[in-house]
Amino acid sequence: MSTWSRNNRLPALATLALTLTAAAIALIFFYAPLDEDGLNQKIFYFHVPIAFTAYGCFAWGGWKALRHLWKGEDGADLESYVAIHLGVIFGVLTLVTGSIWARYRWGHWWVWSEDQLVLFLVLFLFYCAYFMLRFSVPPGPQRANLSAVYALFGVVLIPVSVLAIRLSERFIHPVAFDKGGPNMAGSQFFTFCVSCAAMFSLAATLYNLELVGKRLDMRLRELREALQ
Amino acid sequence: MNYLADVGALARKDLLLELRARDTLPAMLLFVVSALVVFHFVLPAGSSDLAATGLLWVALLFTALLGLSRAFAAEREQGVIDGLVLAPSDRSAIWLGKALSILAFLALAELIALPAFALFFRHIDGTLVGGVALADVGIAAVGTLLAAMAAASRARELLLPLLFLPLAIPIVVGGVGASVADDPARYLGLLGLYDALFAIICWASFEYVVTE
Repeated sequence: MSTWSRNNRLPALATLALTLTAAAIALIFFYAPLDEDGLNQKIFYFHVPIAFTAYGCFAWGGWKALRHLWKGEDGADLESYVAIHLGVIFGVLTLVTGSIWARYRWGHWWVWSEDQLVLFLVLFLFYCAYFMLRFSVPPGPQRANLSAVYALFGVVLIPVSVLAIRLSERFIHPVAFDKGGPNMAGSQFFTFCVSCAAMFSLAATLYNLELVGKRLDMRLRELREALQ
Repeated sequence: MNYLADVGALARKDLLLELRARDTLPAMLLFVVSALVVFHFVLPAGSSDLAATGLLWVALLFTALLGLSRAFAAEREQGVIDGLVLAPSDRSAIWLGKALSILAFLALAELIALPAFALFFRHIDGTLVGGVALADVGIAAVGTLLAAMAAASRARELLLPLLFLPLAIPIVVGGVGASVADDPARYLGLLGLYDALFAIICWASFEYVVTE
């Protein structure tokens, strides 16, 4: 990678994220038509892209964990941790936006029949345990290994939990809950895609920003040790 | 063949230790029976039998946690784990041997727990026993690896339930579904899928948990 692209990637990404987010907000409020749900439905354009981004972060964290274990790639541990950290932040946002949506759609802040919410609650607990594990092991190769193995568990847990939560509804809520998912019109779908792209670029920006900071921190510590 | 001999020797070591010292299994047995007695007082009159079945799974899960938290106690306190890692055998054999001994403990605990449950609450049927057996495999596989992780951390026993419970949710769904639903086959299928997936990933990744 040339020096220019390395030095300018972050500002470029940040600009892209800013533009896309502004465009998505403008599209959501001025372009996408209202459906029968009225204004409440607008949160869909935030909730679902945020959930996708969280999945993306967890998957990326799992991938980096695999790279660490498999190839012993330098720095993969840090990248995996930063991705999962970001995933947890987006996961909490998914829970919050989902909860608000549930409140206005079904009248309750929490609905156990909403698969996505329950799954994110499980994942939230799982990744909180990841942090507990990570911070109760002294920094070093062992911490990197343990974190990576647990992060890989998460990647397997997501599909298994989706299946389990689907199945659990059959004995917890015998009546199938028909959410009547909105059949998206073309303009709604376009808005949704822009919103997704905005969230992805925002996550990518934050990921790179966090990595730059963490790497700088590490470099500083190394230099300080070298000086002593 | 050599691998299986290693696994057998390691599992035998754990069972022999337990037979001589008796510090885990009696605790598990007493705990599971006490938990069932507590559950009698938790369920108000008129609660359905299904609620009791759900609580049985809580009792089994926490009994397993109790046993798992002691799983690597000897290895850690006496420094056995370093010797095992240095031994000229595949590291995954350590996991498999330990998982087999945990599985034996769980099976013995349930040999008491299930009849006690049938005596105190409601009859048990074949699918429940099948669900328990399949769940045991998953609990032993995942629990052993997580117990090794927790043993390597500063928080030790404190960390194990936090690591284990989110991963145990599919087991609970499969187990409770197999015990109460009209179509238990799909829940048994879920348990089987869970066992297979997590056994493979635990077997493949255990080496990284005990080495640096």
